[in-house]
Amino acid sequence: MAMATDVPKDSFRLSMLIYDTRYRSYTIQIVVLVLFAMAVAWLLNNTAQNLAARGKEFNFGFLWQRAGYDIGQQLIPYNNDDNHFRALLVGLLNTAVVAFFGCIFATILGVVVGVLRLSKNWLVSRIMTVYVEMFRNVPLLLWILLSYVILSEVTPQPKDFKVTDEMIAAGEAPKASMMLFDTIAVTNRGTNIPSPLFERGLGTLDLGFMSLNLTFWAVAAVIAGSVFVNRRMVASARATQEATGVRPVTWWKSLLVLFAPVIVLLVAMGFHLEIPALKGFNFQGGILVAHSLTALLIALTLYTAAFIAEIVRAGIQAISRGQSEAAFALGLRPNRTMSLIILPQALRVIIPPLISQYLNLTKNTSLGIAVSYLDLRGTLGGITLNQTGRELECMLLMMLIYLTISLAISTLMNMYNRSVQLKAR
Amino acid sequence: MAEAFTRNDMLPPLPPPVGERGVVKWMRENLFSTPLNIALTVLGVVTVWWLVSASLPWWLHSVWNASSLGECRSIIATTYGEGATGACWAMIRERWHQFLFGFYPPAEWWRPVLAFGLLFAAMAPVLFGGQKRKINILLGCVLAYTVVTLWLAGAPTVPFLLALVLIGGLLALAQVMPGKLLWFTLAYPALCFWLLWGGSIWSPVVAMLGFGVLYLVFRFASPFIGLAPAAGAGIVTAVLWWLYLQAPVASGVHSVIPLGLQSINSDQFGGFLLAIVIGVTGISFSLPIGILLALGRQSDMLIVKSLSVGFIEFIRGVPLITLLFTASLLLQYFLPPGTNFDIILRVIILVTFFAAAYLAEVVRGGLAALPRGQYEAADALGLDYWRAQRLIILPQALKISIPAIVSTFIGLFKDTTLVAFVGLMDPLKGVTQIVRADINWKGIYWEPYIFVGVIFFIICFGMSRYSMYLERKLKTDHR
Repeated sequence: MAMATDVPKDSFRLSMLIYDTRYRSYTIQIVVLVLFAMAVAWLLNNTAQNLAARGKEFNFGFLWQRAGYDIGQQLIPYNNDDNHFRALLVGLLNTAVVAFFGCIFATILGVVVGVLRLSKNWLVSRIMTVYVEMFRNVPLLLWILLSYVILSEVTPQPKDFKVTDEMIAAGEAPKASMMLFDTIAVTNRGTNIPSPLFERGLGTLDLGFMSLNLTFWAVAAVIAGSVFVNRRMVASARATQEATGVRPVTWWKSLLVLFAPVIVLLVAMGFHLEIPALKGFNFQGGILVAHSLTALLIALTLYTAAFIAEIVRAGIQAISRGQSEAAFALGLRPNRTMSLIILPQALRVIIPPLISQYLNLTKNTSLGIAVSYLDLRGTLGGITLNQTGRELECMLLMMLIYLTISLAISTLMNMYNRSVQLKAR
Repeated sequence: MAEAFTRNDMLPPLPPPVGERGVVKWMRENLFSTPLNIALTVLGVVTVWWLVSASLPWWLHSVWNASSLGECRSIIATTYGEGATGACWAMIRERWHQFLFGFYPPAEWWRPVLAFGLLFAAMAPVLFGGQKRKINILLGCVLAYTVVTLWLAGAPTVPFLLALVLIGGLLALAQVMPGKLLWFTLAYPALCFWLLWGGSIWSPVVAMLGFGVLYLVFRFASPFIGLAPAAGAGIVTAVLWWLYLQAPVASGVHSVIPLGLQSINSDQFGGFLLAIVIGVTGISFSLPIGILLALGRQSDMLIVKSLSVGFIEFIRGVPLITLLFTASLLLQYFLPPGTNFDIILRVIILVTFFAAAYLAEVVRGGLAALPRGQYEAADALGLDYWRAQRLIILPQALKISIPAIVSTFIGLFKDTTLVAFVGLMDPLKGVTQIVRADINWKGIYWEPYIFVGVIFFIICFGMSRYSMYLERKLKTDHR
């Protein structure tokens, strides 16, 4: 007679692979792994066969061939004699420019809209609701195309800015005039903005494989140094405050540290602005910002800001009323309540979805294709691909770059997120 | 002695002071409570006034009858004086069909129109499960819509009557056995495919029979070899059926009973027809795939988990455009030499994967938000993995993530416009470009974008409202 406590000692049967939970997960994993390996092998085999059939081989040597096409907007020197890799870098920088400015503008606008949407002012909150719903429910592509078309069809031609002697004599104004103290001209060919020039610039340093613009890096280094010193100063002021209860006055020191060195450096290098001027049929001097960039930036900013506004609103609403009531009970003034109690807590709710909005914006810059903006997709995935006929290499490389950018942004932002996250003990 | 005055009855209450009631109070509280609010209100009023005064004449001066933009402008100039602005909706009047159907042959317009109506009939049991009244209302609307639009589109008599019989039958079924309506939902994809692309009716029927084969094999094999192997055998048989038997059987039956519609090529699809086909298919297939991926990512099995993570992170890390280019340029490398299948199908597959990766993260959020006690309770009840997921975990996790799921769906639907970049004719870029390239309508820009934008807005806004309704309906807490 068997005891009730006896564990049945069965020998291993094949069916236990499926019905016994101890073995089942191994079975499933092995099956999945085998299927996955088979799929990968099948794909690789197909690719090899297809490449062979087309007489192509898989290599990235084409990146060092002459590109032979021009790129309108270039942040690093480039001409059509440079190789495809250089074109790729120019495109990558163009992507980065849109993503960088887009994120900044969208954050500012989004936070303003999100806060105003919670405002007690009936009219303002309704206007913001209309804005948010309008932009969230219509494809981004529409906003890009629409702003591009408007910019290039509604804006005046350069010749409309012309002021002739007859017009002065007759007292007529030209059909169009420049904006912002005659420094910016928006024409149907692009936006002309002033460009910074240096009389005594530091020149460039040629490193062989790339050249460094020393003037730019000097300014960047001075700004970074000022910010660092300022942060140290604020930190020491806080330490004094914690120790003595009296906060030393820092605002004028901060202003001095932040701005004086840069201004001194700029004056020393003979900084001045070159203002675009109408010469003949077109504007000369300054920088011509193509409408493709402007349209892309406007559309991405307005579209993403609508999403950020919703995130900000949800974040603020997620903080329970008790928090602000407790702060008032402590005698904190409303703006201190906002900055010390509500925002730090709301930030924890806001940041994770904000990261994914930044990622979305970065990925959406690839829609620049709609307005022929030569970003990474336009150079590597567009003209280079079409010229060399290497779809496989170009697409894989492009995906890899986008993947790296996305993972880098999300890693950085997650690190920041971890630093503001509630420390659970 | 004079009688002292005593009041015997209560005075009626006086109305509050003017500043404390009605419009004045409301305005004081909501518009002019603080200096900042006053400034904001003034700013808002100025903005609204500026927008309205700039655009109202344009709307009021709309022209509906003209054959070119120049004619529109001259009509506006003669009617409202030189320099007046006005909308030229005549373009929509002339080209609406391209925005809706692309180059779908006019004689066959009734097919997408009918498929669109039946879509709602198929969605009825899913959208309003168990609410007989709402299902009835929706089916009634579908019936009315079908009668009107099929008549307008000039549908041939036989399909017209068949469609009416079908919807009438569904309505009748909804009265007797509302649960059985789901069978129509399951059959709808094949029906819709056949209606839109045409060809022999037997191809979709035989394809659907593959599922029947799967079920039969499963049913008869399970007593002998157990559930899981039987399911595996069923799937293998069904795949074999689809790969080798489907085409000969379909053509065989077709040669005996030729029954079919004129077949339409994918390049004739366009406009909102294309957007809705891609969007609806993507939405309905991405949800199950996304749920499976989310479960895979939460799984304890290392290989399953890392494969899911890799897939999700890869898809989420690259822009949709690169995936679409993969569909149009790279699939020819990855598939066996000589394979060439429909570009719309390729795009749908990639869009589905894209949305599925996003959904997986959304669902994972829902799964993570569930208290651990729910998982433990399911284990304590002795439920196995799939039962626990189906009965305890997923209903709650999905309920939490409804808003995010629907906004992913909205994102997917908006992203269907990107198919323009692989040469398909989406309503936004594809069709509008064709219209704007026409010499008659050169230089028109507000009207097409407003038209397309409004339709997108209606659909997406409707989806977000439905998600709010669903959230309210499923709300079980008593806060």
